[in-house]
Amino acid sequence: MKRKLISALLCAAMATTLLAGCGGKTTDTNKANNASSNNEAKDGGDVLNIYVWNTEWQERVVAYYPNYEKVDDTTGKIGDVTVNWVITANQDNAYQNKLDEALDNQATAKDDDKVDIFLIEADYALKYVDTPDALPLSELGLDDSVFANQYQYTKDVVTDSNGQLKGASWQGCPGALIYNREIAKKVLGTDDPAKVQEAVSDWDKYAETAAKMQAAGYFMTAGATDSYRVFSNNVSSKWVVDGKINIDPNIKKWVDMTKEQADKKQINSASSYNLWQEDWKKGFFTDTANVFCYFGPAWFIDFSMSCDQDGSVGSAGGWAVTQGPQGFFWGGTWICAANGTDNKDLVADIIKTMTTDPTVLSKIVEEKSDFVNDQTIMEKYAKDEKFGNKYLGGQNPYGIFASGVSSVSLANQSAYDQGCNEEFQNAMTDYFAGKATYEEALQTFYNKITAKYPDIKAE
Amino acid sequence: MKKKKSSNVVKYNRWGYIFLIPFFVTFIVFQLIPLFGTFWNSFFENYRSGRQQIGPNFIGIENFKTIITSGLIWKYARNTLIMWVLGFVPQIFFSLLLGAWFSDKRLSIKASGFFKTVIYLPNLIMASAFAMLFFTLFSEGGPVNSILVNLHILKEPFAFLNDIAATRGLVGLMNFVMWFGNTTLLLLAGMLGIDPSLYEAAEVDGATSTQKFFRITLPILKPILVYVVITSLIGGLQMFDVPSVLTNGKGNPMETSMTLIMYLNNHLYSKNFGLAGTVSVLLFLITGILSFIVFKVSNEKNVK
Repeated sequence: MKRKLISALLCAAMATTLLAGCGGKTTDTNKANNASSNNEAKDGGDVLNIYVWNTEWQERVVAYYPNYEKVDDTTGKIGDVTVNWVITANQDNAYQNKLDEALDNQATAKDDDKVDIFLIEADYALKYVDTPDALPLSELGLDDSVFANQYQYTKDVVTDSNGQLKGASWQGCPGALIYNREIAKKVLGTDDPAKVQEAVSDWDKYAETAAKMQAAGYFMTAGATDSYRVFSNNVSSKWVVDGKINIDPNIKKWVDMTKEQADKKQINSASSYNLWQEDWKKGFFTDTANVFCYFGPAWFIDFSMSCDQDGSVGSAGGWAVTQGPQGFFWGGTWICAANGTDNKDLVADIIKTMTTDPTVLSKIVEEKSDFVNDQTIMEKYAKDEKFGNKYLGGQNPYGIFASGVSSVSLANQSAYDQGCNEEFQNAMTDYFAGKATYEEALQTFYNKITAKYPDIKAE
Repeated sequence: MKKKKSSNVVKYNRWGYIFLIPFFVTFIVFQLIPLFGTFWNSFFENYRSGRQQIGPNFIGIENFKTIITSGLIWKYARNTLIMWVLGFVPQIFFSLLLGAWFSDKRLSIKASGFFKTVIYLPNLIMASAFAMLFFTLFSEGGPVNSILVNLHILKEPFAFLNDIAATRGLVGLMNFVMWFGNTTLLLLAGMLGIDPSLYEAAEVDGATSTQKFFRITLPILKPILVYVVITSLIGGLQMFDVPSVLTNGKGNPMETSMTLIMYLNNHLYSKNFGLAGTVSVLLFLITGILSFIVFKVSNEKNVK
């Protein structure tokens, strides 16, 4: 019955698109026959609505998209088109809820209110990629050859089950261990990345180094969840298997290791073991630097570590990058074209320019030290000995990042990852703080997840 | 003559009804229909899975089974009541005390108008702003900890918001500070309504202040006290903004400061209207039962 209804709906949608195509200015049979786009788009809308959760990409567009004029923090102009940035914080699925609401109204919204571009993260990419909400890029006139130079994993994230590419990213997010040179010199006697790597090459050595740091009065990491991604990216199973929550052995390994370090006070507990807290950020500044290392990708150094502020460790070139115990990736932002956009040409041009234009990407590398999504460019910079990152005391980190990118695997991604990752880390915080047993913390996690995702069962 | 008079009454009655229409229309549209809608929703499976809408499918009392067998609602109801009691006990104590002082003619406190305004002020702050303030004050690197450490009362900063008793205590404290002014004014109004001649007679008989308070003030104040207890209980069961903002919506540590409405909110957040409706209905029943018990218990004493 349901299937019949859906197919009837799809037929109706197809018929409408066909008719709309005939009545429109351009009769493109290719487009009209495509059932997945049930909102026929015309070009040249006056307003370009972009849904994002922070200002990272906005800063890139403002700086590098030709003809972009900044009006204020949430508006801009490209030629005659007004660009409207709708920014909703990411935490607790708030951004997804906001986006869902807008996409639900997409069919009935006025042209100027329609979502044109939305950004997604790997943690929930599948939710939007495998639905008609995101337009296949081929429909915008961007076929796969345009993105030939991009790293494969960045394409895997946004490829739907029919093999269509539905988004693109300008960055790659292989992570590395970012350590404080000063503290490395004091405790390990060297700040040379190759030698420091020997001290953190696997988790046993990492634990030994953590003990040394503690003896010298430093914390190994600023919070318990710093190392989380390194483990969660190297799992062998998905968060949700057959509709039930599944705790991967590697995730459990993270819990055990972190609990041990938290008990030994090798982790700064003042941040309540969480990321992004004031106390967690103390390690970024020279006066309060109490932390040996952070885990992060290239954007972390540029966007999160306050390196542009006076008195920060980064502004004095006090960080360095090394491989760390295991390869991982963290974050990454993909640009999707919303189904029903009234600015197709502009959207296509923005995606093409911002994610594939070699001049733009090279500038992003040189000026923003980001790791861009172009294998040729990154290989060039990795070999370029003159090129150094001033926040890293002149070290060229791209060789290290580029070697990490090859090991990134997305085989175990699921559409529930954001909620699971957030709630698991949050629940385990109580265990690390000694307020709950592992079983109790796990129960809390189950409670939160079943409330967040009604279709998942705890056990 | 008689006939005319009664028709006059009917006429006035009609106007009364007409003036009541706006209230009833608003009440029916915005309160009664949603109320029944909630009951209706609680029998449906209706949620979002990713970008897909599931339902609404009628599933009878399946939602109630899910909620009750998971047992979480009792845990959260317990949390809510504990935090309510923690706030209500000091609140009623200080309100009675202040009310008695303000209404005492012999004390005749100077500038009582000023004090009445001041104790009411905390209620004017937005609850979320108040909770945010406490969150900052009591964070591990916050001012309260640094003061305590500098005064050598604590050896190292204490993580208030990682501690079950401290978190619940803070919620209770905030509710107490926010609401004791309001309660004081209510009780004070009741106390000022007591005939002063009763106190004078008692004084002539040589009664102490304590005796006057327990033998005259409290018994006469009972209807207002019952009103205060019931409204505060209902308000307490609907506790949401303070613990939610204080714990970032998580009810940390270990969901021990998670209230019923926060649970409801979690379901609404994932657009699970079926389970959210069920939780609302159960909350409605719990509130009804508890209010009934309070009402019964206090009325029984009256009879004696």
